[in-house]
Amino acid sequence: MPVSSRRRGRYMRLRQDIPNWLFTLAGIAFPAALILMWWLVSELGLVRPLFLPGPGDVMVEGLRQAREGILWEDASVSIYRILAGWLSATLVALPVGILMGNYRLIEGALEPLISTVRYMPVVALIPLSILWAGIGDAQKILILFLGTFFQQVLMVMDNVKTIDRNLIRAGQTLGFSNGEILARIILPAAAPGIWDTLRITIGWTWTYLVVAELVAANAGLGRRIMDAQRYLATETILFGTLFIGFLGLLTDYFFKRTGRALFAWQRQR
Amino acid sequence: MALLEIDGIGKTFRVDGNDICAIDHVDLSVAENEFVSIVGSSGCGKSTLLNIVGGLEETTSGMVRIGGSPVEGPGRDRGFVFQGYSLFEWKTVESNIRFALEKTRLSRAEKDERVAHFIQAVGLAGFERAWPAQLSGGMRQRVAIARALVYRPRILLMDEPFGALDAQTRGMMQELLLRVWEDHKVTVLFVTHDVEEAVFLADRVVVLASRPGRIKRDLPVPLPRPRAYDIVAEPEFIALKRKILGDIREETLKTMGFPA
Repeated sequence: MPVSSRRRGRYMRLRQDIPNWLFTLAGIAFPAALILMWWLVSELGLVRPLFLPGPGDVMVEGLRQAREGILWEDASVSIYRILAGWLSATLVALPVGILMGNYRLIEGALEPLISTVRYMPVVALIPLSILWAGIGDAQKILILFLGTFFQQVLMVMDNVKTIDRNLIRAGQTLGFSNGEILARIILPAAAPGIWDTLRITIGWTWTYLVVAELVAANAGLGRRIMDAQRYLATETILFGTLFIGFLGLLTDYFFKRTGRALFAWQRQR
Repeated sequence: MALLEIDGIGKTFRVDGNDICAIDHVDLSVAENEFVSIVGSSGCGKSTLLNIVGGLEETTSGMVRIGGSPVEGPGRDRGFVFQGYSLFEWKTVESNIRFALEKTRLSRAEKDERVAHFIQAVGLAGFERAWPAQLSGGMRQRVAIARALVYRPRILLMDEPFGALDAQTRGMMQELLLRVWEDHKVTVLFVTHDVEEAVFLADRVVVLASRPGRIKRDLPVPLPRPRAYDIVAEPEFIALKRKILGDIREETLKTMGFPA
């Protein structure tokens, strides 16, 4: 008896490492328990289906959308917008952030402005975005850009600034020019951090999807959710939300996997 | 003539509108192939002094000359070894060292030969293709030493290079450094706060006084070479160590605000 209780206690010690299988199991078991509770609550009629449809209803709704092809159309439209918004933000944020991290003058010029815009609510910019970019895809992409860029650029700047300063000094001592140090020392040193920033910020782009598709959209995962609100189609709302979460999880997995392959040199044996 | 001449160096920092004097008029000359340790309590400006010689920081007054010509920035006549290793983590051991040769006119074969030689010299044979992340602290620092020596600088500047290592590894690294130095004859400026290390390695120990940093004592170390690790138990060694420890204690008390 003392052995087993000691073993059970062992997994709950602070920072205690646990076997891999247990880690994975915990990640599956906890959501499974939540779904089970959800199922029980709706099955026992504890909550009216209007407020919380059961997992079965939500699944049926998802299957319907898939069968009718709505789901694929919505997903492809939304994924296109996400990629366009996030990529355009990234394409600007990378050079600007890298310059801000290396040149104090550029940091001084841009940082106060970016920090101010960062706090402006993107939803409040929807009217202006329509005025500037119309009601087509460009407007959705602009909203996603605004929601992503200003956070992203500051994080990239930080990624660049936090590299070991002595790496730059070593490069100077070895006779490399400023440009060479930037391209061959600073960038590779900051790359893992920047990759992580890209992973985190594409998550934020996903969270802006509903906001982006709030106005004048015919299709899209966010649009479907907003439409469902009108008809109180709670199962559509729930399915759409869960599906966005699922796509986000896939994106995250892709970035983590690619990052591990790209930066294999970080791994200790 | 001395290889390295530090002539009336002063350095003042501006912190919150106040001028803080980090180094106040340091004169020091170091001969070719001489090994000089610089010790002092923390905050005495010893790293700043090293950075100035390395051309990584500017002086407020005075001048540094190497072989008679003034230092105006970092250059390939000096090699730097930092406490935190500062390796290019995305390059293998071999390409870390080879990277240092990129700005030389050596042929490919000569580079191969140099890199192989220094990998051998610091005892890293067999680890050519390892990533720095896979190495221990001592091994990482050996990569850094090979990287700093491979292009044959005239002066090796070392800023508490073994400060992050455990005592056993540090002892091994000190012996390795002496061996490499004896085989490759280079002038070394070695900053440390470890008095025993300073005496064990150097021909001369320079003690810096604190706030502002000035030379408090310039002590020759007349111990025979090559030195073995057990020299630290010899009476001459202990006498030198005691003298320097006394100096540093005095300075530390001063900076802490206690009467000496």
